[in-house]
Amino acid sequence: MLEAAIKGRPRYWGWVLFLLGVIIIGFIAWLREHHLGSGLTTGLSRDVSWGLHVGQLTFFVGVAASAVMVVLPYYLHNYKAFGRITIMGEFLAICAVVISMLSVFVIMGQPARVWNVLLHPTPRSVIFWDLLVLMVYLILNALCGWTVLSAERKDVPPPKWIKPFIYWAIIWAPSIHTVTAFLYAGLPGRAHWMTALQAAHFLATAFAAGPCLLIILSMIARKVSRFDPGSIAIQTLAKIATYALIIHIFFIGLEFFTAFYSQIPDHMRSLQYLYVGLEGHKELVPVMWTSSILAVIGLFLLVIPATRRNENSLAIAALAVFFSIWLDKGFTFVAGGFIPNPFERVTGYWPALNEFLVAAGVWAIGFLVLTILYKVAVSIKEEMVFDKYGEKQVRT
Amino acid sequence: MYDGWKIIIGIIIFLGIATFPILYDLGKAAPPPPEPKIDTPEIQKMVEKKCVEPKSFMKVEHMVLLKDWRDLYVREGRSIYLSADGKQYNISLSNTCMKCHSNKKKFCDECHNYAAVTPYCWDCHIEPKEEG
Amino acid sequence: MSISRREFLKIAGASIILGFGDISAINALEKVEGTQVLKDIKALKAKRWAMVIDIKKFKTEEDYKRVIDACHRIHNVPHIENPKHEVKWIWTETYEHAFPDIEYEYIPEDIKHKPFIVLCNHCDNPACVRVCPVKATFKREDGIVMQDMHRCIGCKFCMAACPFGARSYNWLHPRDYIKEENREFPTRTTGVVEKCILCYWRIDKGLPPACVEASNGALIFGDLADPNSEVRRVLSANYVIRRKAELGTKPMVYYII
Repeated sequence: MLEAAIKGRPRYWGWVLFLLGVIIIGFIAWLREHHLGSGLTTGLSRDVSWGLHVGQLTFFVGVAASAVMVVLPYYLHNYKAFGRITIMGEFLAICAVVISMLSVFVIMGQPARVWNVLLHPTPRSVIFWDLLVLMVYLILNALCGWTVLSAERKDVPPPKWIKPFIYWAIIWAPSIHTVTAFLYAGLPGRAHWMTALQAAHFLATAFAAGPCLLIILSMIARKVSRFDPGSIAIQTLAKIATYALIIHIFFIGLEFFTAFYSQIPDHMRSLQYLYVGLEGHKELVPVMWTSSILAVIGLFLLVIPATRRNENSLAIAALAVFFSIWLDKGFTFVAGGFIPNPFERVTGYWPALNEFLVAAGVWAIGFLVLTILYKVAVSIKEEMVFDKYGEKQVRT
Repeated sequence: MYDGWKIIIGIIIFLGIATFPILYDLGKAAPPPPEPKIDTPEIQKMVEKKCVEPKSFMKVEHMVLLKDWRDLYVREGRSIYLSADGKQYNISLSNTCMKCHSNKKKFCDECHNYAAVTPYCWDCHIEPKEEG
Repeated sequence: MSISRREFLKIAGASIILGFGDISAINALEKVEGTQVLKDIKALKAKRWAMVIDIKKFKTEEDYKRVIDACHRIHNVPHIENPKHEVKWIWTETYEHAFPDIEYEYIPEDIKHKPFIVLCNHCDNPACVRVCPVKATFKREDGIVMQDMHRCIGCKFCMAACPFGARSYNWLHPRDYIKEENREFPTRTTGVVEKCILCYWRIDKGLPPACVEASNGALIFGDLADPNSEVRRVLSANYVIRRKAELGTKPMVYYII
């Protein structure tokens, strides 16, 4: 099936070359960081020791987990409209897990020693579990996606033995994001992260941002190929994202209530830093407000039926929600937890260019994987004019 | 065979790359193995010129010995090495090993370079001062 | 040597494979007949090391400097000006920053702004040890929270977990910032986390920590589990406070104010 990935129009090769270029730049930036020391090449500090990369881990684990939002309705409830895009959800999960794992890898100060995690397995550490659940989830999605797609190409039903793996992946999806939340929610002295709501909140953001990305990718697939993921599927994704977004905004409100009604300084400080600034430090305030405004725009466009049904405004809504959550979870959430520091001092954070280039390289690797997998999937879909339920899935 | 010539060219390029290191060195004499020097003043002073274990053992196993020393010392607080012949040594790379082997360039580096290994001991442990 | 090279290799190889659980192959050596790796008989022993800092005894700037320099000099702690990239094992914070939870408005000004010696608390229930994915930071039987700089992968999870800001990451090449190297002690390399190791290497030779030795009695060090130890005597005779004890990490550094 992979041969589809080495046949394509110049536009396809142009995109692949672009991604390869970004990967090379990111790789050089990563080498540069290790050559000069991350003090000179990142915005991180003794007080804010995690930043953009750990944010990417957090955000993209969510995107990976959100695949369950198409896999579950399709396989457990036989929701036929998702028949065509289930594979897109699974392949997106693979891409997102790759980005997540690489994002952890690039923060390592001693990358050559990373095997110590396997040589000295430490079940009391959440990182150990995070690595384990992500690895398993990657394998499950690759296995399920590839097997089902191969069957589709041969125009036969998928083999029976794959079913347990599909159910396993469904149960596994929330667990990967729960473990990611446990990285934060169990640390004494980091009040901003220490909330029992963390895993639930992560899942809410994931189920909003993930389907929004899938909407955008479906629209792109429709533009660049003859494969049509289907308007009904896109509309259902939009409804899922709407509910998840509402829950996410509700949860933000809950966090604010707990912090500010209780008036416990430790719980208020980080929120103050993020939304209005603290002791003259306002680095992340514009980011936080951009995220909030985008969330409100997305909310209106999604809640109002007319703008949700119109695919142009839906595209805007999907982009707004995706970037809103990316700015929140992928950017400010991690740094915000470190501010103020254990001595009640404020050290700000803003990523350095080199840090951003490394992150861009990681995204590019993920999206190269996604491009190749989608190219294969779409090429197979394009050959089947009708999906397995007799609906037309190819525009002619 | 479809695209036969493409496949053949591909195979030739692959073989070329894969065998390059061997072909490159073909006909050249192998460089002589280095001989670590033990002519430092400290060793000269010793009556019986002997390391913590016999030379034959150290030559082959020094990396295992050093790794074990490191882990037992740092992780278990065991700081004394009782050698097979009953002598006691303080476990320390800089303060025991390198006190005698103060010629790191001749003693460590030459062999390591020859074997193309780059142990990262010296990223942290301070090497003895040497001339030149 | 009563064991052949071949046999040694076999033992070493097997223990590496068996050790793949985590009982790493550190005992290959001892299986060679006749060799042993022992603890020093001079080593100081305790069930639970603890420290009391009598801040009343710190009167001049020199008192602080002597203690801090004693540690930073022998341990090759780099001196980096930029607070963002600083590396420090023992340093001072004013009372209001060291004890933000019990900083009351109208307490004596001289206490409020007085520098307090801070260092790793060697917690009895350390969060850093819990989160480390490779056991690079671990608790010894005598309570010292160790940092194995050979094993650290530089993930910085411990820095997020430590509520005391006791941990420093090497953001820069540390050797560029060490004025006078102590050639007997290693430096660190970029990309690993370091912190106070309670001079385990001195304790294992029978010496008290360097800061305690340099403090002229202002730092009291001993076995918390021993009712007759000096720390216990001092603790029973003085009112003491600890940093952020409410977090449950059980810090083992006490302060007399």
